[in-house]
Amino acid sequence: MTASVEIASACPPPGAPRPPPRRARGLLAWLRVNLFSNVFSAAATLLVGAALVRVLPGAVRWLFTRAVYAPDYEACRRLAYRAACWGFVAEKHRLILFGRYPYAEQWRPLAATLLVIVALAVSAHPSAWRRGVLVAWASVLAIFFTLLRGGAFGLSYVESGLWGGLPLTVILTLVGVSASIPLGIALALARRSHLPLARAASTLYIEMVRGVPLITVLFVASFVFPLLLPQGLRLDVLARVAIGITLFQAAYMAEVVRGGLQGLSRGQHEAAASLGLSFWQAQRKVILPQALVLVIPSFVNSLLSTFMDTSLVTVVSMYDLTGALRLSLGDPQWRNFFLEGYLFVAAVYFVCCLAMSRYSHWLEHRLGRWARRPETLRT
Amino acid sequence: MKRSFLSWSTRSGRARIYQVALLAALVVAGGWLWSNTRQNLEARQIRSGFSFLEEPAGFDIGEGAVPYTPSDSYVWAFAAGVANTLRVAIVGIALATVLGTLVGVGRLSRNVLVRGLCTAYVEVLRNVPLILQLFAWYTVTTELLPEAASPIELAPNVYLSKGGLQFPVPVWSRGWALAAAAAPLGIAAAWGLFRWARARRERTGHTPQVLWPALFVAAALPFAGWLAGGAPRALDVPEVTAFNVAGGIGVTPEFLALLIGLATFTAAYIAEIVRSGILAVPHGQTEAAAAVGLSRRQILRLIVLPQALRVIIPPLTSQFLNLTKNSSLAVAIGYPDLVSIANTAINQNGQALECIIIIMSVYLTINLLTALGMGYYNRRVALVER
Repeated sequence: MTASVEIASACPPPGAPRPPPRRARGLLAWLRVNLFSNVFSAAATLLVGAALVRVLPGAVRWLFTRAVYAPDYEACRRLAYRAACWGFVAEKHRLILFGRYPYAEQWRPLAATLLVIVALAVSAHPSAWRRGVLVAWASVLAIFFTLLRGGAFGLSYVESGLWGGLPLTVILTLVGVSASIPLGIALALARRSHLPLARAASTLYIEMVRGVPLITVLFVASFVFPLLLPQGLRLDVLARVAIGITLFQAAYMAEVVRGGLQGLSRGQHEAAASLGLSFWQAQRKVILPQALVLVIPSFVNSLLSTFMDTSLVTVVSMYDLTGALRLSLGDPQWRNFFLEGYLFVAAVYFVCCLAMSRYSHWLEHRLGRWARRPETLRT
Repeated sequence: MKRSFLSWSTRSGRARIYQVALLAALVVAGGWLWSNTRQNLEARQIRSGFSFLEEPAGFDIGEGAVPYTPSDSYVWAFAAGVANTLRVAIVGIALATVLGTLVGVGRLSRNVLVRGLCTAYVEVLRNVPLILQLFAWYTVTTELLPEAASPIELAPNVYLSKGGLQFPVPVWSRGWALAAAAAPLGIAAAWGLFRWARARRERTGHTPQVLWPALFVAAALPFAGWLAGGAPRALDVPEVTAFNVAGGIGVTPEFLALLIGLATFTAAYIAEIVRSGILAVPHGQTEAAAAVGLSRRQILRLIVLPQALRVIIPPLTSQFLNLTKNSSLAVAIGYPDLVSIANTAINQNGQALECIIIIMSVYLTINLLTALGMGYYNRRVALVER
């Protein structure tokens, strides 16, 4: 009896996890594995650690503890660059965020941008993906334009040349991505079509656009579009640049969609055909719904890259977030605090982009589960 | 029963109808745009055609490898622009590849600090627009660096200041010319050695070790040329004067900002490619190689790298192309690349259409050449399956 008790205590029942050996537990073990696993690792730890110890406290002091936060030029000047002057950002934040939009009316771009952020957050979860969300987004865009443009509902009219800052970045991104999706789908279908002419035209377009930098497309938008339109018809620069970004993005979107189409098995096409569906019926009811869901994470990535690419419009003298920062650095009094300005705008971009890329990863994981499910059922 | 050629009731007939309709739409749209353009150009009294290329450009170009004066023709100005684009792209590609590989390997390190640092690098650089980074680098090089009269001495005789980076350069003489002439010979000889080793392995199964002899030959031939030319050792050394740094060879702050910006930005993308390429080699490959008794270095050289490179090279090439295309952002910070020069030309003579056609055809040519090279590479490394 006693023997069996001893055995039971010495030898836990099969299946119960045994604690890891002492060497693999605790802080020391963690340090050994993660920081000092061999000579090189130890050397790297010491090197990086020393650099961090040297740089970090100074950086924190420069960035936060000694920094001036109030828009007080004298206090900033007394700092003599020994610490950050966030006063520049505090002074100019409305110029940076909203560009040259009339000062008294800046609640409108603010409200419009907040509306878009809320709409993005609401439609981020897959449970919100219904037909209604498209209608909702169409109305969000309409409200956005009405708010910015004015001229109705008692809002004063603000011409698009004065739009700037974050709202301009947002609107160029949204219009560019949403308009390029249908174009991209058409191009992708044409590129995979068995009609030689459609295939050739679409391939030529996609490869040409992907071969040139966005800046040339923006040049085309600002210099060549006015030449292409009939006399008397004028488009403002915002519309031309939005069209340029859309045409550029469509080529990339087409490749994304084509990737999704190639991800579907031949059996889907054949099954649709054997049910007697026509080409367009098959595309609409069977192929595209599956292909598009597969590439939603890539759509988010396109949204991200378009968001960053719109910063190029500053080259054709539009004042998006980047351009508006340069505008505010034009003030001779504050122009020496450019580092603070760049850090602030970079932080805005960074937060938005990191959120989007994390979201895209999460979505990929989740949709990956969804796409894998039939495979597990089959076995 | 003979159906008509363009019949809606057969598949091939419908295909023909669609294509005819598409062709008609393209032709009509193209014709409409063309006639609009003709009218607009006439109304604005802008001439068309490429004849302006032979006229003197009249504007100056700040820097470049190509000797250029404002009285040279537009063609020559564009050539200087292309040379500047290629110059920043080639140096940038080399730097970005080295940095990207280091950061990519660092992201796989078992050391938390190294891994965290590399991850932070990639996340920050990839999530801030390149043009903002370029503006920041440009402001740093032109505002934070010391005045040209009191530069930082990075290394002996290498000076960094608001005037750019100045470093010593050998004085061109017969010895260097001979060395330059011998360098291709050396590379050809090394290549021949590799060919011979390969042929021998296929014939006998024995692999001669030719890596070190090949490197030796490739280095020795230019060295012999240099010796034969009298072993010139004269250097053009930059010197700090009262106002600036004179002598040596220098690059402008614009070039420096563009180069650093492009290289660090692209390195973040290359790091991700390198990382995923290494992860793509299954662990079983390493274990199998160890099981047949290969050493760690052999495993890396013979098993892991060849397989990782097959995954890495295609996206890496597209990053190289991206860097080249992104170098067009030079226009924002005033480095005279192809796009900046075209921009100046457009502002001067208004011939936007022609200038943009020139930009596009240069970039498309670069793309096409790279695509051809990639196709060749892919055929060579493609897995040969049954």
